[in-house]
Amino acid sequence: MMDKEKYKALFSSPNWDFETIQAADEVTNWVGKEFFKLDTYVNQIEIVTSEQMLDAYSLIGLPTSYPHWKFGKDFVVNQSSYKKGQMGLSYEMVINSDPCISYNMENNSTCMMLLVIAHACQGHNAFFKNNYMFKDWTSADSIIDYMVFARDYIMQCEEEHGAEEVEKVLDACHSLMDHGVDKYKKPPKLSAQKERERLKRLTKVKSENYNELLRTLPAEKEMRQERYKKQRKFPLEPEENLLYFIEKNAPTLDIWKREIVRIVRKVAQYYYPQTMTKVMNEGFATFMHYHIINKLFDLGYLSDGFMLEFIKSHSGVIYQPEYSSPYFSGLNPYTLGFNIFMDIKRICTEPTDEDKLWFPDLIGKDWLEQVHYAMENFRDDSFIAQYLSPKVIRDMKLFAIFDDEDSEFYEIKAIHNERGYRKIREMLSKSYDRSHRIPDIQVDHVDLHKTSKLTLIHNIQDERLLDEEEAESTVRHMRSLWEFPVELHSRNKAGIDEDFYEC
Amino acid sequence: MSNIIDRRKNAKGKSTNNRQKFLKRVEDQIKEAIPDILSQESIKDSNGGGKVKVPIKGINEPNFKHDPKSGKKHYIRPGNDKFAEGDKIPKPEGGGSGSGKGKGSNSPEVTQDDFVVILSRDEFLKYFFEDLELPNMVKKYMESTTTFRNQRAGYTKNSVPSRLNVKTSFQHSLARQISIAGAYEQKIRKIEAELEQETEQARKLELQSEIERLLKLKNTIPFFEDVDLRYNNFERVPKPATSAVMFCIMDVSASMGFHEKDIAKRFFTLLYIFLSKQYAKVEIVYIRHHTESKEVDEEEFFNSRESGGTVVAPSLKLMHKIMQERYDPQVWNVYCCQASDGDVWSNGDAVECSQILKNDVLPNIQYMAYIEIKNRGLEGYLWHAYKKLRKEGNFSMRNINDVSQIWPVFKALFKKKSLVTEEA
Repeated sequence: MMDKEKYKALFSSPNWDFETIQAADEVTNWVGKEFFKLDTYVNQIEIVTSEQMLDAYSLIGLPTSYPHWKFGKDFVVNQSSYKKGQMGLSYEMVINSDPCISYNMENNSTCMMLLVIAHACQGHNAFFKNNYMFKDWTSADSIIDYMVFARDYIMQCEEEHGAEEVEKVLDACHSLMDHGVDKYKKPPKLSAQKERERLKRLTKVKSENYNELLRTLPAEKEMRQERYKKQRKFPLEPEENLLYFIEKNAPTLDIWKREIVRIVRKVAQYYYPQTMTKVMNEGFATFMHYHIINKLFDLGYLSDGFMLEFIKSHSGVIYQPEYSSPYFSGLNPYTLGFNIFMDIKRICTEPTDEDKLWFPDLIGKDWLEQVHYAMENFRDDSFIAQYLSPKVIRDMKLFAIFDDEDSEFYEIKAIHNERGYRKIREMLSKSYDRSHRIPDIQVDHVDLHKTSKLTLIHNIQDERLLDEEEAESTVRHMRSLWEFPVELHSRNKAGIDEDFYEC
Repeated sequence: MSNIIDRRKNAKGKSTNNRQKFLKRVEDQIKEAIPDILSQESIKDSNGGGKVKVPIKGINEPNFKHDPKSGKKHYIRPGNDKFAEGDKIPKPEGGGSGSGKGKGSNSPEVTQDDFVVILSRDEFLKYFFEDLELPNMVKKYMESTTTFRNQRAGYTKNSVPSRLNVKTSFQHSLARQISIAGAYEQKIRKIEAELEQETEQARKLELQSEIERLLKLKNTIPFFEDVDLRYNNFERVPKPATSAVMFCIMDVSASMGFHEKDIAKRFFTLLYIFLSKQYAKVEIVYIRHHTESKEVDEEEFFNSRESGGTVVAPSLKLMHKIMQERYDPQVWNVYCCQASDGDVWSNGDAVECSQILKNDVLPNIQYMAYIEIKNRGLEGYLWHAYKKLRKEGNFSMRNINDVSQIWPVFKALFKKKSLVTEEA
């Protein structure tokens, strides 16, 4: 360790250089490990320009991805709103990989650099490594490798089958991406090497075993009956991973198209934990940068001037406009998550009578251990259901609005008072539930005898119907992959169709 | 420990490929938007790349999602300042926008209005001139793209003997000889110094033989080594075999007001952008005329307030003269664009114009466009006189009276030969 005064001088200069970045990385890493027991992947800090940040945005942080116009569109949209000044770029972007790559904007001040390094390289990084969703669903060490494979594969397809054909398949896959996720079983680890070998083996076996004669042999009668029994209902269980179902069961889809379906499905799966832990992830990273910087100040590594700038930036991050403010755009996940984590610490160290009633298990425990436990074992909906306290509800003055299509009024269902705490907690938790955002659509059956028609069921919840125009186009995409007729029934609880789409 | 990497120097434009794919998808919309740019803003600004408004509708990415209006939903909002449980708040009139925007904001569906695509200069020109080409330009232009010339580009270490550059090779050889000889020299001097000090005979002999060896080495430094050789290096560069000159002839008589001049200026600028895309070298000759004709510079051409009556023929004579003196039609692609409100002093003047064009100008140039900026119904003398020239292959005339007509007229005048239909 260099002496404190040297660090202080380094961090007090508004202009950073690489010595500053290195020092920032060293001290945040040291404090993170030593005082807050953070367990992280190795960090890779990359300094980028605003244009490179826009690049990173359009590829959602991945250093590489397969070519597609959608990414170009995102780039153009972001670039245009950035240039018009409607949108600022984030100070950092970090991706779930091992080593954990984070992008830092070159025009950050020294204080911002230290903040984002603490935020991303300690907070997010530890979250990626330890939260159960990420542990179970992604393999951080192989994602970049896999994306390289995906890019090469798709570019090869473009060469072989023409860019337009590939684009059609990708468009169709993207429209079903939300429905390309396994929620209940853990996908096998992906590795580019294995993928390539698997692909090679697949083609080889197919071509070696192909024999036109075999197809004409009459099958055993019993076997046929057996098969018929099995096939009466297919699939036996409804399948909600539409992309998976297509990949495995589309009757005539070309192998290369199946592979593209698989690639998009893998990418969707990779992002799945991120969509499920936005509040926790940002909350934890914010909680960590707040503690790390404060600790550094207490230890004498930072000057008062630095802290003033830090406090300003930090409060910017957790600024929550009220519902009536023109800046309001939903609950700020940074704020909500930060407040809950701070509250866990408070309940452990300075519990009130109310806390003793609500959180008997937290009282008197080691706060750091409890924070780690919460960070590791929950996702947004369960995290809120478990930890959103009356105090946070009061502090944020949360209230619940009920919007019924058939009513001419919005109704206030609950406010931040004794009667409302549990309701608000429940409703907020539910709003982070995936099924709340993404319609529940499942493969019901396939007509195996005649038409190969695919039937999908949309289970209507809370009387929420599908957006008709979107549903029509998406069913068309579905058909282009399935290559046989597709129909979609929007079915209510009584089992009656309220809407019907076919293509 | 952590890796810290400075990515800033990495190649830019990582998204270029995807951006191109996206632009291709909205190509039609971009093309539609281009005439708007032309009528809305100065063409000179468009020169550096244009802004194109593309409605996002055409590039929607559909997926299964809830209709935001339907069903029973709960929202949690922060900052309650006045509500109590059970309060009822009337929904905003029309329901649509009010409930749509504020409510759905927790979901990823963000309403986006039209957004603006910013095209680079090259992209802009590509769409701008997609269906256009300069008439009669094909032959010379083809020549220009297929001829190359070799241009000196420094020296290379590997090439054929015929390209050996003796002087440079010799310089390198000399430098090498001097430096190597110098090194030996130094060693020899050192040993000689040691020799003087040395008393022991055996050692002396040893040192002497070492000196001899070094001397021998020094005297046998090869004159040329492979490392010395330098060959002339050449690069193939496309040679613009042809250049173009554009004559801009504008009537600045009293009848040409600001509006007329503005249209003429836009038209000339458009033509200039067009030419500079096709030719490596484009020169412009500005001729203005009222009662007298004068060659002027750009500044004066567009901004001078000098004015008077209208006599046109001398301006064409002047053009012919300049062409003969400075722009040999054998070497230059000559274009001419004349803008006028069509008024002339007398019919005789108009007839003279048409004759000059027919006999002297048109046979020698690639193409001439005459635009009449006039919103009165009657044909001017000039229009009347020029009508007979229409059958000449390289002459076109059009009427423009509003900025918005510039682009369609320009397109009509310069559209690809295969698309040309009989002019009205």
